[in-house]
Amino acid sequence: MALLHVTSPHATSSQRTGALMRQVMLATLPGLAVLTWLFGWGTVINVIWAMLIAAAAEAAVLKARGKPVGLYLRDNSALVTAVLLALAIPPTAPWWLTLIGVGSAIILAKQLYGGLGMNPFNPAMVGYVLLLISFPVEMTRWLAPGAAPDLATSWQLFLDRYPGADALTGATPLDSFRTWAGDASALAAEPILQGRFAGLGWEWVNVAFLAGGLYLLWRRIITWHIPVAFLAGLGLCALPFWLYDPVRFASPLFHLFSGAAMFGAFFIATDPVSAATSRWGRLIYAALIGVLIWVIRSLGGYPDAVAFAVLLLNLAAPTIDYYTQPRTYGHDKPKRGTG
Amino acid sequence: MSLLSLFRPARTESGRKLHDFHGGIHPPQRKTLSSEAPIRPGPLSATLVLPLNMHLGAPALPCVQVGDRVLKGQILAEASGPVSAPVHAPTSGVVRAIEPRPIQHPSGLDALCVVLDSDGEDRWTALTPCPDYRDMPRAELVARIRDAGIAGLGGAGFPTAVKVNVRDSQRIEQLIINAVECEPYITADDRLMRERAEGVIAGIQVLQHLVQPMETLVGIEDNKPEAIAAMRAAAAGTGIEIVTVPTKYPSGGEKQLIRVLTGKEVRSGGLPADVGVVCHNTGTAWALHRLVTTGEPLISRITTLTGTAFAEPGNVEVLIGTPVADLLAFGGVPQPHTGRLIMGGPMMGFSIENPLAPVVKTTNCIIAAPLSELPEPEPEQPCIRCGACAEVCPADLLPQQLYWYSKASEFDRAQHYNLMDCIECGACAYVCPSHIPLVQYYRYAKGAIRQQAAEHQKADRARERFEARTARIEREKAEKEAKRQARLEANRQKSSPATSVAAATPAADPVADLKKAVGEASSAYKAAVKIAKEAEEQGADNAADLRAEADQLKARADELKIALRDAKANAPAAVAPTAQAAPADPVADLKKAVGEASSAYKAAVKAAKEAEEQGADNAADLRAEADQLKARADELKIALRDAKASAPAPTRPAPASPAPAAPPAVSLSTAPESPTAQANAEDEASAEAERAKRAQRMKALKTAFNMSHKQWKEASAALERAERDGLPDVDTHRARVDKLKKKADLAKAQLNELVEAAKADMKASTGTDLKTLKLQAARAESTVREKTAALATAREAGDEERINVLQQELAAAEQQALETARTLKQAVAEQGLSDGDDA
Ligand code: SF4
Ligand code: SF4
Repeated sequence: MALLHVTSPHATSSQRTGALMRQVMLATLPGLAVLTWLFGWGTVINVIWAMLIAAAAEAAVLKARGKPVGLYLRDNSALVTAVLLALAIPPTAPWWLTLIGVGSAIILAKQLYGGLGMNPFNPAMVGYVLLLISFPVEMTRWLAPGAAPDLATSWQLFLDRYPGADALTGATPLDSFRTWAGDASALAAEPILQGRFAGLGWEWVNVAFLAGGLYLLWRRIITWHIPVAFLAGLGLCALPFWLYDPVRFASPLFHLFSGAAMFGAFFIATDPVSAATSRWGRLIYAALIGVLIWVIRSLGGYPDAVAFAVLLLNLAAPTIDYYTQPRTYGHDKPKRGTG
Repeated sequence: MSLLSLFRPARTESGRKLHDFHGGIHPPQRKTLSSEAPIRPGPLSATLVLPLNMHLGAPALPCVQVGDRVLKGQILAEASGPVSAPVHAPTSGVVRAIEPRPIQHPSGLDALCVVLDSDGEDRWTALTPCPDYRDMPRAELVARIRDAGIAGLGGAGFPTAVKVNVRDSQRIEQLIINAVECEPYITADDRLMRERAEGVIAGIQVLQHLVQPMETLVGIEDNKPEAIAAMRAAAAGTGIEIVTVPTKYPSGGEKQLIRVLTGKEVRSGGLPADVGVVCHNTGTAWALHRLVTTGEPLISRITTLTGTAFAEPGNVEVLIGTPVADLLAFGGVPQPHTGRLIMGGPMMGFSIENPLAPVVKTTNCIIAAPLSELPEPEPEQPCIRCGACAEVCPADLLPQQLYWYSKASEFDRAQHYNLMDCIECGACAYVCPSHIPLVQYYRYAKGAIRQQAAEHQKADRARERFEARTARIEREKAEKEAKRQARLEANRQKSSPATSVAAATPAADPVADLKKAVGEASSAYKAAVKIAKEAEEQGADNAADLRAEADQLKARADELKIALRDAKANAPAAVAPTAQAAPADPVADLKKAVGEASSAYKAAVKAAKEAEEQGADNAADLRAEADQLKARADELKIALRDAKASAPAPTRPAPASPAPAAPPAVSLSTAPESPTAQANAEDEASAEAERAKRAQRMKALKTAFNMSHKQWKEASAALERAERDGLPDVDTHRARVDKLKKKADLAKAQLNELVEAAKADMKASTGTDLKTLKLQAARAESTVREKTAALATAREAGDEERINVLQQELAAAEQQALETARTLKQAVAEQGLSDGDDA
């Protein structure tokens, strides 16, 4: 008799890490579509390019580390990192920018720490911050929404052969608000701030990522804890200041639907590897990210702050876990520390 | 943490508030596969295999011999300890063998089994039902349950008699009947309740009668509407409440069910009884019902045969001991079966290594599933820290942390994260998207931790033993030296006639001595009580030991007090017997001593050898002891030779040299051998003789006491009669009574004196005294108790590794308890003391 000798449990659910990751990528499609509609094909080209780089980099490192390449590639985690980073990079980015970003995300931020599950920082955000600091010009070259360049232009931009790249650049709503904060008439005159309920164009980007995020929740790929705490932290922080002085401080709605807010809440902060792990820990972790984003956006030197806030809280995650262990059945109180 | 549960306090129809436990999963039920067909009788196998360790606790002891013809229901093996259960013949036939056979055990080891060849007649032995169990003394009913071999039919197989025998001090608030059956596939309890609800309720009433709970709750998952209806109907008017609990795995876990039904939590490492709850299984209730109505012992059970490989799945009333292979054939599993073969449910069951393994008392399910149904496990991928495991853990652990630390062998950390509270339910591994066999890691870590702990303990014990022995040797040396000095002194004094009378009286004043001893003993007792109390408060695990020690000390103090009283009463009479001494012939005595010493040495060598062969950890100690004995024997031999050589001159230097014997003079006047050796040898020899004499005298005294006591009693009775009837000779009677009483008291006092002396002597000669021995025995027994309790907990938790270890530990502890008891008995016998003497 060919019997299987394995320990219990003998049944397992149908969740697979690879499939989970695929779902995450699927859920970014609405956001990708809106980005393409607003800014042209640049993002699509970048996403594909990033995925190729990620797969190659991951395979190369796995091979060098003597790991079974096929098995580990199948978890799709490198592709998710690539997609997320490519979505965060401006659509005008040349090929080498993505190459450097994705390459360092996979090799430095992930594999050097031991691969999937071992990285303390969100790899996509490490890549993003690295690029932002090294290539501030390329990394802030967003286009004016609606003025999408055609495929040929996007391709030229990608190949870094488009002569007037800098001339194409338009400000994002967050940039504009920063620039004119405190000046009511200037704010009113800024066209990009005249969206339906938040910044022009960008509000739809955020709505699309929100839709994708809800899909993830519905499919139980993520739990509600992180997105809800993230958005609550950001919104509740913005509310009193906006009530106090709506000209100097943007409204909660504007904050929630500008920049990478929804993208960060559903796709970045939810990266389980680098987040806090206990239930309360996750709530605290995400709420603090939200608060930090508001602080940096409103008081700091950068227009958007998702990447910085996430990385900072990645750093704090072990400490948060340290203090937020659940109370085990049969024990009077939760334990602290790691023993 | 489900927010919804905060807003939706679940309540049953009867208005009972249900509680929720954290986590849990909803795996596909797959119960209809087996739940729709009625229970059918199982096959009668040609050969039945009955493991002796089907229950939790000490394995049963076979009480039949190979070749014996037995009847159905006849006992095959007896319970062998407080926590044990007998094994009965499931059918009539012939005992073919008593040998190790493959059984279903995670260790994969064979276990001792009684192998029974069925004769096909299935003839019952005579049974005695007890329908009037309510009128029986409680102890008798418990004994009946124990003798019927009934053990928990659900999870751990804990002997039911032990569980129902709740202490009077424990108020049981809830008797919970676990009919949840939350694992997928299994429907044995479901079918049992649907078809035999009355019997189950009647069985529950037996439990009620024994446990006297304030309320009785039967928890059934809401996916068994028929069973619920049947049980409700049967329970109408009995006060037994049928509670529907929401379907969620593992709500049938004992701790989880207690929480769901009562909101109470069993403390980590504790027992349900600690929170006033006792849990029993439906099948157990049914078995009890059978016992009281028909007198049947536990020889069959209902087992679910399921999985798509079965052509005829369903529930079968199978004889315990039936090989799984026979059940596969019976249920129409095509041969050869490939895929999974599981005993138990898909979440917590075990792969069956060998289909010849038999069904045991706890086998609730056999799953034969082809790979298409339960496929091979997928390759393990890295943990993505998704936290899905923590979401579902019913113990509210952080399974991924446990996993990281178990994998890295950082066991301290894993323990810090409460690894030991994991019930191995498998919910975490079920949901893990990376297919990490989490439970396997936990089992590994738990096993390693237990091993470490055991080794630690072993090392500690060895060290303690070593220290004790060194101390004893030192003490012996000192005492011998003191004795020698004392004798020299005595001899010196004897030589001067003026002091000879004084020399005849041993210690100055026995009453004063006793007073001092009483004072010391009672202060020691008080100190011990204090320590024990502290330990108990801090929940130290040696509290029981300390308590036992304190009790011993108390007993001793009491003893001394009595002795003191007696001594006071008979002060003049008491001194006489001890004054006798002086062995007649030193050479003969020495000869005897040599003989004894060398036989002791031989016995010790044998014991050491045996211990070595069995790899016992005290082998080295035994060997050392043997060496010591050998040295002593040699010493004695030399002394004997010397004594023989100088036979004409008396060996005892004292009478020979009237002058005060200064050490140099002695060394000049004796043989070239070391004077100490000789003195020692002499010591031993005379002590031996003294002891023998004393033992004899004690015996005589005992008889005297018994006789006079008896006479006194008779005389008292006669006196009473005389008084009542107003006979004239009342006064004669009274005088006689008084006389006899005095006589008895005197004998008793003398006896006590001797007993004390014997005890002291024993202490001097062996380094231990009765008290220490008793203490050891008490300690060993309390270890056994502790282990048994721990084992019970482990069984409840379904913690297989721990159970293994504990079983072994328990066996060892029992062995030790037996040995200490034997030593104690022997010591008592040797000294001519009997247990009654120190009461
Ligand atoms: S479910 Fe598996 S992958 Fe997810 S955190 Fe737990 S162990 Fe890691
Ligand atoms: S097996 Fe242990 S850690 Fe996993 S869910 Fe069950 S109790 Fe929690």
